[in-house]
Amino acid sequence: MGNDELILLNFWPSMFGSRVKIALEEKGLDYEYREEELPNKSPLLLRMNPVHKKVPVLIHNGKPICESNIIVQYIDEVWNDKAPLLPSDPYEKAQARFCADYIDKKLYEAGKKITWYKNKEGAEEGKKEVLEIFKVLEGALGDKPYFGGENFGYVDISLIGFYMWFHAYETCGNFSIEVECPKLMAWVKRCLERKTVAKSLGDPKIVYEIVLKFRKSWGLD
Amino acid sequence: MPTDEQLLLLDLWVSPFSTRVKIALAEKGLSYETQEEDVLGGKSDLLLKSNPLYAKVPVLLHNGKPVVESTNIVYYIDETWPSPQLLPACSYGKSRARFWADFIDKKVFDAGSSIWKTKGEELEAAKKEFIDILKKLEGAMGDKDYFGGDKFGFVDVILIGLTTWFYVYEKYGGFKIEKECPKFAAWINRCKKRDSVAKNYVDPERTYEFVGMLRKMHGVE
Repeated sequence: MGNDELILLNFWPSMFGSRVKIALEEKGLDYEYREEELPNKSPLLLRMNPVHKKVPVLIHNGKPICESNIIVQYIDEVWNDKAPLLPSDPYEKAQARFCADYIDKKLYEAGKKITWYKNKEGAEEGKKEVLEIFKVLEGALGDKPYFGGENFGYVDISLIGFYMWFHAYETCGNFSIEVECPKLMAWVKRCLERKTVAKSLGDPKIVYEIVLKFRKSWGLD
Repeated sequence: MPTDEQLLLLDLWVSPFSTRVKIALAEKGLSYETQEEDVLGGKSDLLLKSNPLYAKVPVLLHNGKPVVESTNIVYYIDETWPSPQLLPACSYGKSRARFWADFIDKKVFDAGSSIWKTKGEELEAAKKEFIDILKKLEGAMGDKDYFGGDKFGFVDVILIGLTTWFYVYEKYGGFKIEKECPKFAAWINRCKKRDSVAKNYVDPERTYEFVGMLRKMHGVE
């Protein structure tokens, strides 16, 4: 794998981009990181992801792979000699895919209701939805250290990037995730102890500042 | 298939997502039982227990263990009974197939629903969006006979079931796919010749009647 060229197009606050960073780190892969200065999109990004025009995009030897969970699965399959991210058993794989899909369908949209709220009621609605989702995820986690069981894996990678946005959710929604969902926060702290995660996540306080900046530019504040 | 394997599909005859799973099962030559769910009446205990989060069909129970979300089910079927393989063999090909399956799931059914649920200007906009989506999919297929290339494959399975509702969109939208996207229409006809598709393709007139009833319930008329 010595002469593999890997380029990651990303916007560092993206919870989806961090999935890819963590997966690359877990596999011990070298890659070139290129920051997209959103909302301005580079010609490379538009060329590599013409359908969605979104980050993250992983470019492997010139060929693009898009959609974060699909990229993580690709990384897991190509570099299958170490740190397996998905279970090998088809039924457990189906459970993992279902959980990651649930996170994708629900958490991002609910979170947006909080950070881009137009009024108190909107933020409150978003907060209720986010907390419901967190409770479901705590149920799925159960007493296990990670969603996959003993080992950090696909579902953990799918969710942990959202931690960068917790401070923004808490401040805009006026609540504490530690108080409402202590089990989830215990899982977060466990994940943050991993070097691969710690070096892949940006500062939640700076994410909140970016939220404020975008809110102002969109006339929400 | 060993005789002690049990497959039960929780089904709704008109659901294009159920049709998708039935086609996948047929492609693999698998026998299964079905339990028709009356989703407009009341949902069975088995459905509510098997799919507590969404309470939706289809659900595939394999030896009593549930797999939910139709695309997830098709992945599971392909992995558990690998011959004939629906996903491409190489990792990059797999990532492309997953990308288009994800695109189809995010876009096609919702865009189609916007057609039969709306009137006037909203309907015209919905129609335009739907046709744009089909054109993007035509682009993905290129000059090949199938999305899988020369062979009917994963993306073909994911998409062909949804086309059972296209007659509904054509009637309410006042357009013909054959005229707007002839390549796409040719692909539908090509797929319908396959046994797995022909045996499971729900009569479009029956679907149209069903949606007529839904429209009344949604107060669209």
